[in-house]
Amino acid sequence: MLKIPCPWCGLRPETEFRNGGEAHIARPANPFAVTDAEWADYLFMRTNPKGWHRERWNHAQGCRRWFNAVRHTVSHEIAATYPMDAAQPPLPEHDGEG
Amino acid sequence: MGAGFRRDGGGRVNRTQPLPFTFNGRRLMGFAGDTLASALLANGVHLVSRSFKYHRPRGILSAGAEEPCALVQLEEGARTEPNLRATQIELYAGLSARGVNAWPSVAFDLGAVNNRLSKLFAAGFYYKTFMWPPSFWRTLYEPIIRRMAGLGHAPKLPDPDLYDRMNARCDLLVVGGGPAGLAAAQAAARSGARVILADEQAEFGGGLLGASRTIAGEPGAAWVAEVIDELAAAEEVRLLPRATVFGYYDHNQLAALERRTDHLGPGAAPGQARHRIWHIDAAQVVLATGAHERPLVFADNDRPGIMLAGAARTYIERYAAVPGRRAVVFTNNDTAYETALALADAGAEVAAVIDLRTQADGPFAERVAERGIPVHHRSAIVATVGGQRVAGVEVRALDGAGEIAGGGAQSIACDLVAVSGGWSPAVHLFSQSRGRLRYDGTNACFVPGVSIQAERSVGAAQGRFSLADALADGAQAGVAAARAAGLNAVDMAPAPTDAPPAGGIEAYWLVPGKRPLGHGPAKHFIDMQDDVTAADIRLAVREGFQSVEHVKRYTTVGMGTDQGKVSNLNALAILADALGRPIPEVGTTTFRAPYTPVTFGALAGRDGGELMDPARLTAIHVWHETHGAVFENVGQWKRPYWYPRAGEDKQAAVNRECRAVRECVGLLDASTLGKIDIRGPDAGEFLDRIYTNSFSTLPMGKVRYGLMCHDDGMIFDDGTTARLGEDHFLMTTTSGNAASVLDWLEEWLQTEWPELKVYCSSVTEQWATLALAGPRSRDVLAALAPDVDLDDAAFPFMTTREWVVAGMSARIARISFAGGLGFELNVPWDRGLALWRAVMAAGEPYGITPYGTEAMHVLRAESGFIIVGQETDGTVTPFDLGMDWIVSKKEPDFIGKRAYSRPDTARTDRKQLVGLLTEKPLEVLPEGAQLVDQPHHPKPMPMIGHVTSSYYSENLGRSIAFALVMGGRERLGETIYAPLKTKQVKAVITRPMFLETGKAGGHG
Repeated sequence: MLKIPCPWCGLRPETEFRNGGEAHIARPANPFAVTDAEWADYLFMRTNPKGWHRERWNHAQGCRRWFNAVRHTVSHEIAATYPMDAAQPPLPEHDGEG
Repeated sequence: MGAGFRRDGGGRVNRTQPLPFTFNGRRLMGFAGDTLASALLANGVHLVSRSFKYHRPRGILSAGAEEPCALVQLEEGARTEPNLRATQIELYAGLSARGVNAWPSVAFDLGAVNNRLSKLFAAGFYYKTFMWPPSFWRTLYEPIIRRMAGLGHAPKLPDPDLYDRMNARCDLLVVGGGPAGLAAAQAAARSGARVILADEQAEFGGGLLGASRTIAGEPGAAWVAEVIDELAAAEEVRLLPRATVFGYYDHNQLAALERRTDHLGPGAAPGQARHRIWHIDAAQVVLATGAHERPLVFADNDRPGIMLAGAARTYIERYAAVPGRRAVVFTNNDTAYETALALADAGAEVAAVIDLRTQADGPFAERVAERGIPVHHRSAIVATVGGQRVAGVEVRALDGAGEIAGGGAQSIACDLVAVSGGWSPAVHLFSQSRGRLRYDGTNACFVPGVSIQAERSVGAAQGRFSLADALADGAQAGVAAARAAGLNAVDMAPAPTDAPPAGGIEAYWLVPGKRPLGHGPAKHFIDMQDDVTAADIRLAVREGFQSVEHVKRYTTVGMGTDQGKVSNLNALAILADALGRPIPEVGTTTFRAPYTPVTFGALAGRDGGELMDPARLTAIHVWHETHGAVFENVGQWKRPYWYPRAGEDKQAAVNRECRAVRECVGLLDASTLGKIDIRGPDAGEFLDRIYTNSFSTLPMGKVRYGLMCHDDGMIFDDGTTARLGEDHFLMTTTSGNAASVLDWLEEWLQTEWPELKVYCSSVTEQWATLALAGPRSRDVLAALAPDVDLDDAAFPFMTTREWVVAGMSARIARISFAGGLGFELNVPWDRGLALWRAVMAAGEPYGITPYGTEAMHVLRAESGFIIVGQETDGTVTPFDLGMDWIVSKKEPDFIGKRAYSRPDTARTDRKQLVGLLTEKPLEVLPEGAQLVDQPHHPKPMPMIGHVTSSYYSENLGRSIAFALVMGGRERLGETIYAPLKTKQVKAVITRPMFLETGKAGGHG
């Protein structure tokens, strides 16, 4: 179980949260201006990195707010969490695997 | 030695507190402070159980958590527990246990015939022997294997005990209360750190208990007592005896199982939690988990009476139980010499020490020589004899290459063989923390290498086996951990000890037998719980297996309840040899939680029975109960399913309820409907984007039905939404989907459209909702709201108003999910029951009938209304349901719109919603039945659809069904077939509506 720092509630156990998949996937502003392939890419295709990953979390059993996190998918280190409208913090320089 | 095998003095058992117990039907006596294993040994009992596969007699190998053999079924009835290690069961008065996997008894076991058939049970026998014919697997092979192989039996009665869970945070968790762990806890506690010290045993002290070691000039046990006193007095220290830390998880979180009442006997502490799971969130961790001794792998090394040398010493020194009268010690390292001395001191005859090495060093070896105990250097046990107890060994000299040298064999009679193959640090928790192991060739074991989490391994757990190293490591790690946790810790000098260094070892993984491996009846056991031999590993390699993980799964080595604590290194060393690769290159298998088995009861804690999942009850529930309703689970809700009258079965009750609604008036508790209050200047715009149709155009006081889709175009939920004000809507959702819909709205508002000024609140449990339906519903409502004009012109279909009904302020909507005339009445939740009673009273002259969800389903199907989750399954678009009318063409965009121009969603041969009328009107199709065109087509038949809803309709006097059928709308009037197990059902495709009752309305 992870300990996740909610930007509003502080460090809370993972059981209070819901993972929302990769972050910063913008819905096309005009869906009819994109091709079927581009639409499918928006709907279904996600990166699955081994390493640092920006992803969305929802504090479902707490403040119910969505936020973004930078998490290492191997070590599970959480380098940063930030509100949805905040600028993306840079990825950490260390490899995150201890 | 006194009577039996108990020494007259010494040890930590309490001779003033004798405890009677029963084992395998025999009545025996032990003492307080015994484990079941030590009490058995004190009674001269070595034979405990039968092995998993070959049913070989098995005894007591170890004195702790690593025990693979001495597994027992403890107690009977509801509190029985299988596969417990006799070495860890604290003895209590009246204890009753029996060995596992033996029938009719451990001493005379019919399954032992498996041992003679052992060629059939070699590595991978599951995959080879029982392959054909396939049908024999379920009917013949599996039942027999299940009876003949295996271990104990799970209880069949509900667990009568209580369990609970605690959360704890600390600066430092110390796992293991031996010398290293005690030193670490002491050093950290002196800085004021919040320390938790957990140990799996009843007493702290680990290897110091009973051992003749001195620390700081006094007996080890006295030093232990002083440290524990100091820790107990420290305000921030929590001592957790009888607590096994069984899991090391991410972010330095660990779980421990505390056994709080097991040592008192079953049911002896009513009202107290038997086990407690601790979730420990530790800033720092010190792993002082010690080491496990390994047996040597030699021919027939599994007979009862063959025991680990360290365990034999523990039984003598700590429990005053002498495990034999005439012993042979067999070793590849110096530590077993201390056992030889302990045996001699306890009055046993040590017939010989057999050492695989050419020489032994250290003070214990010297003292063995001084005592005149015969030592056979560069020799090996090549065979053992004995039935239910070892009776002797055959010893041969070895040559320089480690093979059997010339010269004769010597037979030595004995009733105990004390074996040591070296020590393996208990790296289980370290490895669970994803730390990387390193192979230490000098000590022939894997040791913690690179840490990933905030932990430190100390003492024997780090492969540093001497007492002086343990004390030094512990003191240093305790200070370092406290500092890392932010405390101001002062260096602590380690307590001095006179204990000698651990001595040397020479790896010797496979001891030759009299015949080549795999020939003849002798077996070199590696994993004594799963009956895996060295020959099995070699066979797996010959058959092409190379990865240690594959060999594990193929041979099952290390897959028992002990997870191979004493066998894993022997297995992979023998594997490495067979592969011709060095041990570190072969690597270890993955260590997983739990370290020792944890019962489901403990894991469930209080989350069992009615507390497992909360039941949600409406405000009217008590009325439904007193009127005999049968309840249906809808999400967590309990909803009335139907209300049977005397003598009615389900169908009769549902038929009566359906007829009442169509012919007169019925009342449904619809309070479980999800209700979401949506407010804000952009609420209309927001709903336009969420629903497939427009809501910003909805006039005040009007209600509109809407479909909600995901962006892939598939239907996700439906319901009616009313406009209560310019900036105020009340949305309803399906009962089971209310939370998901609110999550969905929040996600879009927060992540995609933060510029919209809208907020959403769940008001499901703020409003009790009654659905009043049927041709006389207006008359009933009029009686309760006499001043209100309810006629069609004043209060038309799909409108909502706030009025006083039966003296309560209520919100009334003219909608109906049953179809036809109907009203939905909403009052504050706590007025729900009063309104229900008032409506029932007002309806009495009309014969008002309460109806349940099953009647609601039939009625809505008659009227052609879908249910999301029944007619839809996440692959269905509004067009598939023929609901084109609800998909806005004017709106430039809404969630799902883009998807409808994708080629797949635009196909004309997609499965489409149709009605089905069976050829025989009384035949009701099963829901989920597959549909085909050609009933006599050879299998597999091309399937073209399936039944989504199916009922008997009393109002129509026949069955009705909905189905999704490929291109179904073009096929009205055609015949289709449902091939069922015993018959073909013939049906005609129709429009998905069976009774003209009016337009779509709200949900029930």
